[in-house]
Order: sequence, then C-alpha cells, then structure tokens
Amino acid sequence: MGVIETVQRDAPKARPAPNRRSWAWLGILPFFLFALMFLLYPSSTIVVRSFQNSSTHEFTFDNILRLFNSQYLLQSYWISIKISLVTSIGGGIFGFLLAYSAIRGGLPRFMRSSLMTFCGVASNFAGVPLAFAFIALLSPTGLLIGWLRALGYNPYFHGFTLYTFWGLSIVYMYFQFPLMVLVIAPAIDGLRREWLEASQNLGATSLQYWRYVAFPILFPSLLGTMILLFGNSFGAFATAQALTGGQINLVTIVIGSELRGDVLGNPGTGYALALGMVVVMILAITGYTVLQRRTERWIK
Amino acid sequence: MKRTGVVWSWFWMILGILYFFLPLLATFIFSLKAKLGVLSFQAYINIFSNQEFVYNFSASVLWAILTIIVGILLLVPTAFLIRLRVPQFRSPVEFITLLPFVIPPIVYVFGLVRTYSHPPLLIVDSPALLVAAYTVLSMPYMYRSVDTGLRSIDVRTLTEAAQSLGAGWGTILFRVILPNIRVAILSGAFLSFAIVIGELILAQYLVKPAFAPYMAYQIQQKAYEPAAMAIISFALTWIAMGVIQWVGRGGPAQVGAGH
Repeated sequence: MGVIETVQRDAPKARPAPNRRSWAWLGILPFFLFALMFLLYPSSTIVVRSFQNSSTHEFTFDNILRLFNSQYLLQSYWISIKISLVTSIGGGIFGFLLAYSAIRGGLPRFMRSSLMTFCGVASNFAGVPLAFAFIALLSPTGLLIGWLRALGYNPYFHGFTLYTFWGLSIVYMYFQFPLMVLVIAPAIDGLRREWLEASQNLGATSLQYWRYVAFPILFPSLLGTMILLFGNSFGAFATAQALTGGQINLVTIVIGSELRGDVLGNPGTGYALALGMVVVMILAITGYTVLQRRTERWIK
Repeated sequence: MKRTGVVWSWFWMILGILYFFLPLLATFIFSLKAKLGVLSFQAYINIFSNQEFVYNFSASVLWAILTIIVGILLLVPTAFLIRLRVPQFRSPVEFITLLPFVIPPIVYVFGLVRTYSHPPLLIVDSPALLVAAYTVLSMPYMYRSVDTGLRSIDVRTLTEAAQSLGAGWGTILFRVILPNIRVAILSGAFLSFAIVIGELILAQYLVKPAFAPYMAYQIQQKAYEPAAMAIISFALTWIAMGVIQWVGRGGPAQVGAGH
C-alpha cells in the first residue's frame, strides 16, 4: 500500500515544479482579466468620478459635499433605507413564521417542499412583471380592490394607493419574504427537537422556551438574513421604476435620472450617490458575514 | 396548546399562499380579457404572432445561452484550479464573485458605459459587452453553484486517476470534472437563465433588444398583452426553478435537508 502511494505521489512531482506553477497561474488569469475589465475597473470609475468635477475632471470634494447639503438627495437615501427597513423587517418576520410553520408547525410534509419551490420562484420574480402583477391586483381597477369595493369598502377612499411608499412596500414584500424562507430554513432545521423536549421536561412554558432557548440561538441568523433582505431591496430599481415611473425618489431612481444626462442631471452627483450606496451595501454585507460566522457555531 | 400551534401554522401558510397567488391570479384573469365581454387567449395569440415580441424574446434567450456558456468556461476552470492548485486565491476570487451583489446594477451599468464609450475601448455598442455584463451579474450564482458541486466530489482523486491514465488538462476538465458536477452547473445555468430573462437595466441602458425592456415599453402602450407577458415570464421562471429542483434531486446540496 505504502509503495503504491509513493509511486502515485511521485508521478506528478517528476515534472519540473516551476512549470506546473506557471500553468496554474495561467489557468485563473482569464478570470482575473475578465473581472478587471468588466467588473473592477468599471466599478472603480464610480469611486474616481465621485471625486471629480464632471466637466473639468479636476479632483474635488464637491460631489460628496453636495450629497450632504441637498435635502432632496439625503431624502432619497432616507426613503430607500426606510423602504428597505420596512420590507426587510416585515418580510423577515412573515418569512420566518411561514418557514417555521412549514418545517416545525405540524403541517403535512409536502407543504415544506412546495413552499421551498414557490419561494425559489418568487424570490426571482421581480422587476417589470412583478410590478404589473400588483397593478392587476391592487390598482383602482384591480382584482382585489374590485372585490373589496363589491363588499362596500374602497381602500382608495381611505388613503391607500399602490403608487406610494406603502404600496411599493407591499410589492417588495413579494420577493422579500420568500428569500427569508429560503435562507432561514437551515437555521430552523438546526433547532434540535431535543432542546424543546428538554425545556418541556424542565417545566418551561412555550413562551419561556422561545424567550430563553430558541430565540437566542436563532437571533444571529434572523438578524443576518434580515440584513441580506435589506441589501436585496436597497439595490432594487426596476420594480419601482416600472410601478411608479420614477415618482418615488428611491436613491437608485435618483441615480438613474442624474446619470442619464437629463437636463437637471449632474453626473458627478450621480456617481457620489452611487458611492454612498456601495458604502451602505458593504456595511450590510459585512454585518451579514459577521453574524453568519456566529450562526455557524450552532448549525452543523 | 399543540392544536393552536397547528392552527397558527395553517393561518400563516394560507396567508403566504394568498400573497403568492393573488397577484398571479389577477394578472392571469386580466390577461384573458383582451376580447370585450368574453375570456379568451387573444392577448397570448397577439403576443406570439407579434414579430417584435419574437425578436426581443429570442434575443433574450440568445443572451442567456451565451451568458451561460461564458460563465461555465470562465468559472469552472477557475473554481477547479482554486480547489486543486492555487487555494491561496480563494478569498480574492470569492470576494470578486460577491461584488455584483454589492454594486447595484444601475450603478454598475453606468460604470460600464463610461468605461467603454470612448476610444480606445469603444465597445459599448457591441453585444459582447452585454453578454460580459450579464456574466458578471450571474457570477455570484454560477460560482457558488460550481463551487458547491466541486465540494461534493473528490476533485483530487478524480484528477490524479485521470492523469495516471494519461489524460491531458482539457480532457480532465471537460470529460471528467464537468460531467461529475453537471447537476450543480445546471442549477447555476438555470438561475442565470432566469436572471438574464428578467433583467431590465443592462439591456435598457446598453440599448439592446431584450424581453424585459420590451415588456416595460409595452406596459405604457397596451393593457392586456403586458399581463400575458408577465404570466409568460413567470411561467419561465417557474420552469427554470422546477428544472433545478428536478435535476438536483438527490444531490448533496439540496434544499430538503430536514430528514
């Protein structure tokens, strides 16, 4: 056995070592070249240009300063952050309840796999078709509004419209909660039944089990997944654009109009806004990674 | 106490099902109303007999296929070598493949346009740039799928066995490794397909024919056809996901890990 192993190990080593190394380097070179050309360099121009005067190309802090001096631009960040908070917390809670119901709620087995398939589809269903689906459902002539009107209640007389903040939040929830279900499911699987049984044997109530056992264990993954949801809606553009035609000033929509070269647009501002978004996203992803590491201690 | 738990489970589940299906139901019913007074598939007939739709849609399918091919050619050898030969590059490569998550597409596309719209790099009009951009967008999914696939097989043993039988690197990669991780590659491929078909921003700002921009434009022009298109695009996403689930049955990285 030992002899065979030696022979096998020796065979590749017989080649000159430097040759092999250079080959391996070459093998991943296309990836780095590709990334440099189509991802790293174009993205870095955003950083460079947010510190450049857009006509003279001189170095300047003006674009960044303009962000902090403009009520309108700060407002656009705030709206984006607000909608991301609302839909990540709302979608997170609803998604968790749904996933927990399907996995541990005593429902028939097939419910779990169907839920997972639905969620795989729904979390990828965004943009124009999604906006249209909700227009068909919740616009003044939509299906659900029609039903409610037939019951004598028209939400549009009570301050509801699809094309504002809360309407957009309802639409965003459609891709938010399925993502929550998909990502949180392994964490719920990681909750061992023994822990529930043990706490019941020790006389804990259901509330105490959640308060002292399940919630503390799930907390990092709940928070981590919600951060992922936050990023998911923070970068969204197409859905809002298709739904409201750009009437809600999300930061992505403002960037779109600043950069498109509209009359009022200022590319420098657009790049600075984009840089700010990347900073927010990096913070979110860092938070996610840190919490993910903490979760892995519990889930095998 | 146990009973109320099950009741709540059903409650949340039914709420989820309603949230999921009501918008689709509304869209579907709406799409059938193209003929006054009766329900018909007229809108669907209009769509499929429309040259513009066929043109834009087949363009999207072509972009998707090219994106998948480029993605596989680029990422399979990279992930393979990182696992086998140059593990020191794991972190930078993982970081790069995660970047498209962090950079919003609207920001990314402007970076692209700026970079490639003046000499010597005047390729902003080339379809190749669009395919490259789609490849970047689908990279997080493709790389992760491939990497998961490689993790589930014994890359080193397979490679050494192939080598000792006299196989060259091309043979190893495409006739040994690739067939062994085809399930993972397929799942990455269908995710990429769904992403490319639904993508609005890249094709819109790079001014290329594609399904999503065409649909966005149709929404402003027509009533029933966009509804039918939303249903079609949903069905396509569904098929892509269904195929992933179907080919992934029994694979180690499957969702149904609860048993």
